[in-house]
Amino acid sequence: MAHAHAHAVKRRTGIMDWLTTVDHKKIGIMYLLAGGFFFLIGGLEAILIRLQLMYPQSEVVSAQFYNELITMHGTTMIFLAAMPIIFGFMNAIIPLQIGARDVAYPFVNALGFWTFFFGGLLLNISFIAGTVPDAGWTMYAPLSGTTYTEHHGTDYYVIGLQISGIGTLIGGINFLVTIINMRAPGMTFMRMPMFTWASFITSALILFAFPALTVGLAALMFDRIFSGNFFNPSAGGNVVLWEHIFWIFGHPEVYILILPAFGIISEVVSTFSRKRLFGYSSMVFATVLIGFLGFMVWAHHMFTTGLGAIANALFSIATMLIAVPTGIKIFNWLFTMWGGSIRFTVANMFAVGFVPTFVMGGVTGVMLAVAPADYQYHDTYFVVAHFHYVIVGGLVMGIFAGMHYWWPKMFGRMLSEKLGIWTFWMFYIGFHLTFFVQHFLGLLGMPRRIWQYLDGMGLNNLNFISTIGALMMGVGTIMFLINVVITMRKPKNLSNDPWEDGRTLEWTIPSPAPEYNFAQTPLVRGYDAWWHEKMEGNTKMTPVEPIGPIHMPSPSILPFFMAVGLFIAGFGFMYSKPADWGTTGLIIGAAGLLITFGCMALRSWFDDHGFHIEEEEILKDQGVKA
Amino acid sequence: MKRFAPLMALLVLVLSACGREDLSALNPQGPVAQEQRDLMLISILIMSIVVVSVFAISIYVLIKFRRRKGDNSIPKQVEGSHKLEVIWTVIPIILLVVLAVPTLKSVFSLAKDYTEDPEALQVIVTAHQYWWEFEYPELGIKTAQELVIPTGKTISIQAKTADVIHSFWIPSLAGKTDTNPDGNVNKMYFSAPKAGVYQGKCAELCGPSHGLMDFKVKAVEPSSFERWQIAMLDTVQLPSDSEIASAFESQCLTCHAVGDYGGGAFPNLTGIGSRESVAGILINVEEGEIEYKHEDTVYNNLYKWIKDPEAVKPGNHMTGAYQLTDEEVAGIAEYLSNLTLDFE
Repeated sequence: MAHAHAHAVKRRTGIMDWLTTVDHKKIGIMYLLAGGFFFLIGGLEAILIRLQLMYPQSEVVSAQFYNELITMHGTTMIFLAAMPIIFGFMNAIIPLQIGARDVAYPFVNALGFWTFFFGGLLLNISFIAGTVPDAGWTMYAPLSGTTYTEHHGTDYYVIGLQISGIGTLIGGINFLVTIINMRAPGMTFMRMPMFTWASFITSALILFAFPALTVGLAALMFDRIFSGNFFNPSAGGNVVLWEHIFWIFGHPEVYILILPAFGIISEVVSTFSRKRLFGYSSMVFATVLIGFLGFMVWAHHMFTTGLGAIANALFSIATMLIAVPTGIKIFNWLFTMWGGSIRFTVANMFAVGFVPTFVMGGVTGVMLAVAPADYQYHDTYFVVAHFHYVIVGGLVMGIFAGMHYWWPKMFGRMLSEKLGIWTFWMFYIGFHLTFFVQHFLGLLGMPRRIWQYLDGMGLNNLNFISTIGALMMGVGTIMFLINVVITMRKPKNLSNDPWEDGRTLEWTIPSPAPEYNFAQTPLVRGYDAWWHEKMEGNTKMTPVEPIGPIHMPSPSILPFFMAVGLFIAGFGFMYSKPADWGTTGLIIGAAGLLITFGCMALRSWFDDHGFHIEEEEILKDQGVKA
Repeated sequence: MKRFAPLMALLVLVLSACGREDLSALNPQGPVAQEQRDLMLISILIMSIVVVSVFAISIYVLIKFRRRKGDNSIPKQVEGSHKLEVIWTVIPIILLVVLAVPTLKSVFSLAKDYTEDPEALQVIVTAHQYWWEFEYPELGIKTAQELVIPTGKTISIQAKTADVIHSFWIPSLAGKTDTNPDGNVNKMYFSAPKAGVYQGKCAELCGPSHGLMDFKVKAVEPSSFERWQIAMLDTVQLPSDSEIASAFESQCLTCHAVGDYGGGAFPNLTGIGSRESVAGILINVEEGEIEYKHEDTVYNNLYKWIKDPEAVKPGNHMTGAYQLTDEEVAGIAEYLSNLTLDFE
């Protein structure tokens, strides 16, 4: 961006640009990159798990390392891969879909990314430190407490997740405010694209669910670092309390993950069927209802805990109810395609593949809701199969659909469709091979989280098939990475609406979008705003303002250092016990906090009024692009 | 449910073909597992209606409405259909009600408390990292790794843990229940009409050897069970070789018990030579019948276990708790392998 025009704020280039950016599009890309990086780590862990289970009684990894692998696989995939990738899409797309120039709090947005990133980094540094979390991603007490986990594994989990959780919580708040306040004129709530709606509900779930996790993690941290007794039964603590707190967060978390995928699928299916989303208002209603019911069902993760018949009965029924709004969504997708003109782009193949796969995950969910049958399913491979059908068959398919669909908008280049088709089939077939057989493994008596199974138990063949499937998924993922690398070398030459069937506002602006997104804020005249204009024969949106200077937020390095401070503080306090570094740990911890609070002070005392992008530059951009 | 009977029968046939009789939840060997398996079948049937209809519509739509080459027409933009939306809201609700009724019935029937029932056999299950303790409070018997029960009798379980949370599971007899610490006792019941050995598992992550924390349920005829009770309470001889005896007393009986000797904190070894397994995971078979890595003779299994428990169950509490020479290990293994009970 070498412009001759003088700006009040210097625009940075290279690495400094990425470290200081508050631009939602760049933050979105950083979320995708970091999330993708952690996805590869989590995937590698998964492959190791499957290699260990390929044959009975094998010793590819040790029992201790195996528990570390399953713990870090779950934690990484949920908190450091799935959530950030979703935030990546929300950042990259939502402001464009609602006709906004940025999110409501750009500075907070950057802070959210950096806290997530450094929290995730801290968690994974445990591998280098040699004390890895090993009590399962659910971190059930008392196994995770100091009595039974003497090493620092749980500390890394507690503090790493606490830091990255800050990022998630402020990110959620940011998107709530953005979607409520920054929609373009005419975009009423009931004209919002489905992805925006789904992200809105997800943000609301984050707002209510993450504080539960924060409290739980804080209590566990007190237990571990300051000898608290929240979850220590021998001192009057209660381990079932941890289960409740964890799942009061943990179940809504499932919907936090899947709702944005629902949103992506809605966009992709509608676009490539060249048809309006069937039953839009019932889709919105179903999404809200799923979000609401999501808070009422946590105890179905605890049917075998011994809560009693009445609790089990109520939570059984509440859980079954979720099938109703989910069913509404499934049939709405099918009837969006019905009568449409379906084009099988890679994005749409993932979306179309998602629907039956997710239904299979959904029906096993209803089966699990039957409490007495769950006494058999619980903590077996049946459950493993179920939640991977929902999370991989649902969420990850949604992510792949979104990647292929929005890649042109994010990068101005089209991913190779040819390679994409290979990616799809490799991943899709691999996925079903891996997880379909696991339903049966569970029913045949294989508990989950086991390091070895005995030979001669009738479990060998299915486990072998499952591992082959996992390797295929690995190959599929590598194909996607190759596709990304190849695509990055193509020229940026795409039109505003490269799929030609775009329906929403992001397809009315250049690919990739300019820094200010919309040169002129558009007027929204109906649901599927861009499609609406196209059908009336218009080639562009009606602007609500003349071209003029656009006010932009200034870049800042402070969010980066605030997160670095928290990272250092967490690290120091973790080792502040006399047996470890003692006072040195405390000093390091205090120094870290000083950095964070210092940055907060700087941010508060010095006003930053941002800068303006002048009319000339905007006109010049348009000249080049048009 | 009557009209589903033929379908159910077919499903039973298909499902029972897969899975070992002593391990599979699909091949139930007792009334509790049976009830749970029936619920699975009902839910599978109902859910297959959903799956089949979604798959059918998907395939139809994807074939019928795919875009032909050069087709640039704009399909009709349909907003929705109240009639259809009501249909796919109401039908799932009806299906769920059909599923909910037997679910609720079963939730309450399986929660029945037999702890005060004089007809039931009371057993207190205490889970440890990584072994199971079974106490028969009415009989004054404590044993480990192998729960011996009389056929046909209701077994009333009170489950708890001595350390972390575990979960008590016998797939072919009954679903699982967690073992919670600190007086938070969970109750369950089951029975085994047929004599046999059933596999038990720990189903809650409890440490490195979680996957190796197996146990056995041995259902025997009531008359055999009575002989077992008597044999368990019989006096036990210590090793005849005095050196082995003193090693056994000073190194083993500090933690373990046989008969009236020794301490009770760790697995009771009375009758260990008759058990199906050593340490729950090394399966005892006759010489010449060894098929798998985890199978061996009682003596060899005992020797393997005492010699290097860490290699069998990583992270167990026995490793490093004693010092024995190879001769002593062999002598103790020999003694324990002959510590049998004659009751079957």
